[in-house]
Amino acid sequence: MSEYPGYPEEFWESIEKVEETRERRLKETFRRLTPEEKEELLEKWHPDYRPEGKRPLRVGPNKGDYVPNEVADLLEAHALIDPKEIDLTDIDYDVDILVIGGGGAGAVATLWANYSGVPAENILIATKLRLGDANTKMAQGGIQAADRPEDSPVIHFIDIIGGGHFANKPELVRALAEDAPLIIKWHEELGLMYDKDEEGNFIEIHGGGTSKKRMHAAKDYTGLEIMRNLMDEIWNKEIPVLEFSPAVELLMDENGQVAGAILYNLETKQYYVVRAKAVVLATGGFGRLHIQRFPTTNHYGATMDGVVMAYRIGAHLRDLDATQYHPTGAAFPEQIVGQLVTEKVRGLGAQLVNVDGEQFIYPLEPRDVVASAIIRECYGRNKGVITPTGMRGVWLDSPMIELIHGEGTIKRYLAAMYRQFKRFNIDITKEPILVFPTLHYMNGGVEINVYAQALDPNGNPIPGLFACGEVTGGVHGKNRLMGNSLLDVNVFGRRAGISAAKHIKHAKVGKLTLKHVEKWERMLKEAGIVTDKKAPMLLPDYRGERVLSRAIDIRF
Amino acid sequence: MTTSVTVEKKPKTKMVKIYIMGREYLVPEGLTILKAMEYAGYRLIRGVGCRAGFCGACSTVYRLKGDYRLYTALACQTTVQDGMYLVQLPFVPAKKPTYDIEKLTPDLSSVLKYFPEITRCVQCNTCTKVCPQEIQVMDAIQAILRGDLATAAHLTFDCIACGICSMRCPAEIVHYHVFQLVRRLYGKYIAKPSKHLRERIKEIEEGKFREELDRLVMAGVEEWKKLYAAREIEP
Repeated sequence: MSEYPGYPEEFWESIEKVEETRERRLKETFRRLTPEEKEELLEKWHPDYRPEGKRPLRVGPNKGDYVPNEVADLLEAHALIDPKEIDLTDIDYDVDILVIGGGGAGAVATLWANYSGVPAENILIATKLRLGDANTKMAQGGIQAADRPEDSPVIHFIDIIGGGHFANKPELVRALAEDAPLIIKWHEELGLMYDKDEEGNFIEIHGGGTSKKRMHAAKDYTGLEIMRNLMDEIWNKEIPVLEFSPAVELLMDENGQVAGAILYNLETKQYYVVRAKAVVLATGGFGRLHIQRFPTTNHYGATMDGVVMAYRIGAHLRDLDATQYHPTGAAFPEQIVGQLVTEKVRGLGAQLVNVDGEQFIYPLEPRDVVASAIIRECYGRNKGVITPTGMRGVWLDSPMIELIHGEGTIKRYLAAMYRQFKRFNIDITKEPILVFPTLHYMNGGVEINVYAQALDPNGNPIPGLFACGEVTGGVHGKNRLMGNSLLDVNVFGRRAGISAAKHIKHAKVGKLTLKHVEKWERMLKEAGIVTDKKAPMLLPDYRGERVLSRAIDIRF
Repeated sequence: MTTSVTVEKKPKTKMVKIYIMGREYLVPEGLTILKAMEYAGYRLIRGVGCRAGFCGACSTVYRLKGDYRLYTALACQTTVQDGMYLVQLPFVPAKKPTYDIEKLTPDLSSVLKYFPEITRCVQCNTCTKVCPQEIQVMDAIQAILRGDLATAAHLTFDCIACGICSMRCPAEIVHYHVFQLVRRLYGKYIAKPSKHLRERIKEIEEGKFREELDRLVMAGVEEWKKLYAAREIEP
């Protein structure tokens, strides 16, 4: 009897089956689904298609649009602040550009605003936790760019728009594909260590839904490598950063421009008034809302604050009905349930197999398709493995990678994954990984144009407001492909920084106002919305039930 | 159909006793230190970040009851044990010199200019012993001192800048900032630049794809669908 010390005994029989079928499966390629089969699979099994998971918005620019209940709860919530308690005549920070969010998009926008001539001291980054604490740092698999001779931005465009179910804004897709090589060159110049061969050629592999190999990676720490270099540059240029100070509301001026924000110091509980000629919204996505109670790969601060704030000042949202579940979140051990197992594992050849060790889907179909197939295997066909806590999962057969590419490949190119599981006594070079879909990405968000300007429902730019990264919608349509998010934060972060730098040259800010918050409260009332929820959410609350039931707030 | 991920059966949970900054709490066994602190009632602002082992925000120092050793861990990647005395290290006061990477050369002198204290390394190896990423930290410092930046860059690639090494170092080295500089020098000056990338950028700048992309943007769903179905997929 084999022994797998990291796995409970009830898994062992299934793991042996995976081992038995491995040699045979190495020669087998699972058939790709036809467009019709994909559609059927999604409709039946993708969580987005559960009607009870969504409801139409009752208020605001997207009234009538269906969004997940958890998103609607926040978009229909009251403001956190009472405008009467805020003194807008006493300005704490007066800058040209306020960047809200210290992740990849915010950092790139900051640097490109600076490159475009805005002095460091005229920029301010406000961020909820530390600079760099964001999903960018957690991205593992890679970043797409069509730079090999057999590839082109045209082919990249087709892959993106097909992956997005043809619902993307095509001009944004074009920007993403066409700017990609420029971004990689910028990264090379900054000194990023992408995986390369001796000649300096990038080692490029497939991602789900790509037709050409164009995934650039830095082991499976690609996002970390990007983020820490951006942070180093921001520190080198001495650009001011306010940490632990999330924005809780945008500020407008009397002429209807966005003109700054109210920040909140999470530690001292005081507010700050920031006046700015341009605001770059780069607050990221919504993983911590746990849509449909899914676990998430996302950062602690991923609570879609920016979407909430932008909606209140009249920004148009799009594609928020489509949520990305990453097919392979860890389903075991319990300590890391929901954490990302990078798509690169499949990119390097690992297949997905059921309890009997048999394949059930081509492993590099787009993410929504693979996620649906895993859910069907576990709940429709009852071919999943059941964990001690009652979760279900299928096997991601990682040892195949060593057989295909040679021993040592996992430690070299999947160091983070190897370490992640080794900590819990599972050796992924020898044992498969149990996975189940996990909430990963906000496909939609604030609608922007190619200049990264936030748009109103008529498609007109909202003066003074720029947005980039996961907070935006339109780039990825209804489903983002692997490797296009790190690209997105760079391409549209850069465009937002350049656009904001241009904007401030002629912008003049008038008297600051929070009238839009008063108006919002009136709109809630008129729509008959009764709720005790307040937003933005800022952070999730994971305190134990007993503690919460006994918590009282005593002023002392 | 069911896509529920809720727990179907709930086994009886055994509780373990932990001490958060000396104060005793009972928490279910099997939780990570991070989740155990939350279970105990802490709503964390400091000492928490990605919750997945990539950001280094949740550095934690602990002792076990009756054991003289001082242990270190990432709170989000470590399971609680009975008798853990925990304190978090949410911030490391670190010297971060500023430099212009464009003006540096990829050699020891560049590193020493900003981090002369690395010559004070006494090779005690404490840094390596405490690293939650199991990086050969001391070997990397020694490689730099020999002028071998490439080795140091690769040895330290998995650094998440948690700062635990820097808080234990008797020579007061801030390793993660040193390594960041070294990796940038390697990536920028020592690794070869990609030839294909430059050729592609030239093509883009010359407008080679402009017309086709102009047309694609306007083409519409039916045309995109046809092109998508006809893709040639590289093996």
